[in-house]
Amino acid sequence: MAAFFEHFNFVVVIVLMMTGLFVVFATQNMIKKLVGLSVFQTSVFLLYISLSKVSGAQPPIIAKKDLYGASYGTGGGYDSASSSVPDSTYQAAEVLYSNPLPHVLILTAIVVGVATLAIGLALVVRVREVYGTIEDDEINKIDYNINLEGVAK
Amino acid sequence: MQIMSLFPEWILSHGAASIVIIPLLLAVITAVNSSARLAWATVLGVTALCAFTALGLLLQVMSFGPIHYNMGGWAPPMGIGYYIDGLNAPLLLLISVVAFLCTLYALPSVVAEVEPKKHGPFYAAFLISLAGLLGMVATADAFNVFVFLEVSSISTYVLVAMGASRDRRALSSSFNYLIMGSIGATFFVIGIGFLYMQTGTLNMMDMARLLQEIGPGDRVVQLAFAFIAIGLGLKLAMFPLHMWLPGAYAYAPSFFTAFLAATATKAALYLLLRFTFTVFDPNWDYIAIAVMILLAGMGILGMVAASLQAIFQNDIRRVLAYSSVAQVGYMLLGVGMATTLGLTAGYLHMINHAIMKGALFLAVGAFWYRFGITQVSDMRGLGKTMPWTMAGFTIAGISLIGVPGTVGFVSKLILVEAAAENGWWWAIGVIVATSVLAIIYVGRMIEQAYFKPVPQINDRPVRRNEAPLAMLIPLWVLALASLAFGIQTEWLMNLAEAAAQVLSAGSNTVIPGGAYALPAPIGGH
Repeated sequence: MAAFFEHFNFVVVIVLMMTGLFVVFATQNMIKKLVGLSVFQTSVFLLYISLSKVSGAQPPIIAKKDLYGASYGTGGGYDSASSSVPDSTYQAAEVLYSNPLPHVLILTAIVVGVATLAIGLALVVRVREVYGTIEDDEINKIDYNINLEGVAK
Repeated sequence: MQIMSLFPEWILSHGAASIVIIPLLLAVITAVNSSARLAWATVLGVTALCAFTALGLLLQVMSFGPIHYNMGGWAPPMGIGYYIDGLNAPLLLLISVVAFLCTLYALPSVVAEVEPKKHGPFYAAFLISLAGLLGMVATADAFNVFVFLEVSSISTYVLVAMGASRDRRALSSSFNYLIMGSIGATFFVIGIGFLYMQTGTLNMMDMARLLQEIGPGDRVVQLAFAFIAIGLGLKLAMFPLHMWLPGAYAYAPSFFTAFLAATATKAALYLLLRFTFTVFDPNWDYIAIAVMILLAGMGILGMVAASLQAIFQNDIRRVLAYSSVAQVGYMLLGVGMATTLGLTAGYLHMINHAIMKGALFLAVGAFWYRFGITQVSDMRGLGKTMPWTMAGFTIAGISLIGVPGTVGFVSKLILVEAAAENGWWWAIGVIVATSVLAIIYVGRMIEQAYFKPVPQINDRPVRRNEAPLAMLIPLWVLALASLAFGIQTEWLMNLAEAAAQVLSAGSNTVIPGGAYALPAPIGGH
């Protein structure tokens, strides 16, 4: 049970991943397929974000006050008063930062996911215009004779 | 080198990046172009420039060794590195030359198949697809591969769906391709995530080095391999995962089908080779077993099952699409042997298949352009009504069967040699049997064209109506290439052998000696 809570993020990732994949395979409705696909992709976002976390680490923001000169950004939110970590900590070499790279990667993957979803929805609109339905099995039924004889419209 | 002086300085120093960036940037200009003719001319110029750059890169790799390019001047593994060697340089040239020929062909074909006001965006999507394919082949950064994979895939879904003005089934085919393709790409990115979890790097060579340190026993790395292999298997239409392919090939606009059939699955197969043999270590037990059972096994199954399916199709393009799945099986069989000769055979067949399948799909597009033919039974008398197109189709067709004197024969022969060297005698039997199946499905079309009478309209035979020159030239360039490289085999053989050497050298030699000063891996758990 301890392992379950230690790896709780990964449990959520697996549940989301399997739910998404199951929806994609189980439903005939094109919109629902896209929903499943999005859930599936979201689980990957969560996987990447989870692995960027370093336990006991700071957010990867360099909060040194005099970074841009003394006058810059006073009271800007990152001075020692509002930061939970005193300035002296940053001088020490042993500061742990969380890994920012997976966040950046996932930002790209989110854009890709949005683009895929947009194309998918646009296709569903066109399918609905042409066939009058968005159920995969009904579309196959409509095209059945065309598939046999090969005479397209 | 005398020949290198033909290439301008920027190709020699920045070719690896510009071959990807040029089509990507000019896609934007093409998209807003209102003149269809100007859009086409832009694409033609870009693809010609890409082919020239790829040639420069290939010659550079052959004479000076692998190219390391640091994108934006940031040194890997922190920055994104591009890496061109004997394995991907021929593929870059292949993709850009096929793109150039298909663009030449597109002028009449797209006018007939796509609404005039959509020509600009259509060509832009084609350029983005090209940039994506070139990018995923050129890059050495694992996540960059995913981005380019999706860049090329998303524009491919759009282009397949554009076939809807000709056949409405393009829409549902494109949707199926979108679902399957996204699942494949997501599996791939999950695998990359696991690798990053264990190594803390995304650069392929750095990854290979760190994976050697981790060793073969790591469960997470094993899982990563499984996800990457299945994800790329979906993209390259490995046998049971090929369901998206016949629909996408059959209903896309003709010129794009030829481009897709000649390049898209090849780029995915390249990635599978790159990951299996140079990032992972093929000597590890589970990789060796996966290569043998998964690649060779599924290859064999695909060769038989897809060839049988091809025989029972009525639509010409579906016949050729199922045949593509079977041909991917030949490549996987060669790769699955994991010997240098087997890898050479697989790689050679990859290039050869692009040449002949490209020619076949271009010819089929011309049949539709002149007579609206999509069915095998409608090919009656094409030998008389379109003699030049049909002759090109026949040359590529007999090359697909593997008749001596064509490229198809060369790669099948080496595949048989490799199987014999490995002692896989049953595989030779399967290769011969599927070649007989290929005789049936190609022969069926050639028989219709040459031995059936010309159809009659109003009691008069249909007049001769040859395809326009813009269609004939690309078709014949590919058809003659399949003859020329079938007789003069050395050039392609040298390329394939160089590629196979990169692969069989494995992950140990790919690390450039001291090129990267690597900091300790960051992140992870």
